[in-house]
Amino acid sequence: MAVKNFVVASFSDEAVLFPAVKKVRTAGYKIHDVYTPFPVHGLDHALGLRETSLHTAGFIYGITGTTTALSCMSWVFNSDWPMNIGGKPHFPLPAFIPITFELTVLFSAVGMVLTFCYLCQLAPFVKKHIFHPRQTDDLFVMAIEVTPKTNAEELKSFLASIGGQQINEQRAETGWWYGSFAKDDRVFETKRVEAVNA
Amino acid sequence: MKDQFVVPARLKKTSFVLMGIGLLTLLIGIFAFHGEHGSARLWAGLLQNSSFFLLIALASTFFIGATTLAHGGWQIGFRRVPEAISMAVPVLGGILFLILMIIVFGGNDHIYHWLNAHHVHEDKVLSWKSAFLNKGMFTGFTLVTIGLWVLFTIKLRNMSIEEDGWDLSAATGRRIIWRNTVWCGGFIVIYTLSVGSTTPWLWLMSIDSHWYSTMYSWYTFASTWVSGISLIILFLVHLKRNGYLPMVNEEHLHDMGKLAFAFSIFWTYLWFSQYMLIWYANMPEETAYFQPRVWGEWRPIFFLNLLINFIAPLLYLMKRDTKRNYSSMVFISILIIFGHWLDFWQMVGPGTYGHLVFPWYEAGLGLGFVGVIIFLVINNLAKAPLVPKNHPYLKESIVHHT
Repeated sequence: MAVKNFVVASFSDEAVLFPAVKKVRTAGYKIHDVYTPFPVHGLDHALGLRETSLHTAGFIYGITGTTTALSCMSWVFNSDWPMNIGGKPHFPLPAFIPITFELTVLFSAVGMVLTFCYLCQLAPFVKKHIFHPRQTDDLFVMAIEVTPKTNAEELKSFLASIGGQQINEQRAETGWWYGSFAKDDRVFETKRVEAVNA
Repeated sequence: MKDQFVVPARLKKTSFVLMGIGLLTLLIGIFAFHGEHGSARLWAGLLQNSSFFLLIALASTFFIGATTLAHGGWQIGFRRVPEAISMAVPVLGGILFLILMIIVFGGNDHIYHWLNAHHVHEDKVLSWKSAFLNKGMFTGFTLVTIGLWVLFTIKLRNMSIEEDGWDLSAATGRRIIWRNTVWCGGFIVIYTLSVGSTTPWLWLMSIDSHWYSTMYSWYTFASTWVSGISLIILFLVHLKRNGYLPMVNEEHLHDMGKLAFAFSIFWTYLWFSQYMLIWYANMPEETAYFQPRVWGEWRPIFFLNLLINFIAPLLYLMKRDTKRNYSSMVFISILIIFGHWLDFWQMVGPGTYGHLVFPWYEAGLGLGFVGVIIFLVINNLAKAPLVPKNHPYLKESIVHHT
């Protein structure tokens, strides 16, 4: 986790956002992230993000569930406590299938939700920096990292020229930290946005 | 934009060759199969293939119906493809009706045991069932269902072509949506009550006339529906490869792949549910159906069926890249159609001619039906522009993103 400088611009519409993303990337600036009020189709491609490996994780959780169910049930009914149930064999595979299926789904679903939360850094009792309080309401907020090569003033005027609004500079922690949105100052009061040049 | 399909001479020739193979196989079959058991195989092969290929062509009408009722827009760009496939329903329906009538009124009780009046009289179960399983009921149901399918299929196709001559105004758009929704709603009700219920009982389940399963119709539906999706994919890829449908891309193919993936699993769900309930209850009158399939000669086919129709699509279509690649989708689509053809074979075979045989006759007839479908579909594709240009959801299809 690191504290970095950002130039933040807001966009009012998807139709303005997409060309802006393209222009910013062509100009060679490093986009930290774009925050949108709703999932925007194709934005991941426009940002050049690599495809998520969440589904690979899901597959691994799934086969873990399958293995757990089958090995647990066959251990119970074959070696730990063999029982004669309706004259069926001790390894009645058809009877095991529904539970195996359920555990496969359960493991992959719960595992994927938790992995997703981890990847997005979402959890109870943690906080993340919010670049603009309206990023969950009606604004598309783009945060561009200020690297040693970046000229912040040039970048600001460039963003203004491609449709960015409320352009400002922020110094913020990129990761999550222990805390609560409810306890600390409320996010819609924009006090925590510390403008560097102010 | 290449908007008008031109029938490719090579594909047309291929379809004639395939139809020739089918006819030749039928002729050889007529001379090769003698006696009662011979005629059982002759007609069982025809029944299996004609019902399978009719139902997968009908799956295209169901595709149009289901997507229209769900107000889907993504499929509009290639809607003419399932439309063209569905236009094989009248011909295939006619062929199947003819075959069924010859079996029933020819009194072929090796196919349908309940046709033998003497057996029915002595058999308690069959005499109870005779209120439903009799010639009149069978003919009536078959005539009504095939007739309604043909009627609705032709109506949906004609409406779609008629709309090409209309305009792009909002009022016209609403009218298009409204009348398509109404007719598709009617079709879905009929389809569900026939394919989802009585039709497979009469045509296929009554082969094992003592036995019954409430899963059977849904199982048949799942089988033909997933094959129907694969058939749409095959024609879609053929058109794309020849430079047609520029508005359709891997996004649409990806969604078709998802449907094939999901309904392969749905088929397995029904396959397993039907098996497990019977296995659990272990009652002789029910297990009789699985005896030849699981413990008899048909055992390899029974498990090959599961391998091709469940394990292969599950692992193969799980990855995103395979669903977005034209060649890999062609491969898995052919595999799925072949797998469900095998499935129909093991549904019909054990109850009619019994022994597991090398299916040269059944496969030859199958190729003949493939030829018929190719011939009808390419001709119907050429009859209308490939894009329904006045459909109000066309834009959704063009900008579609999975």
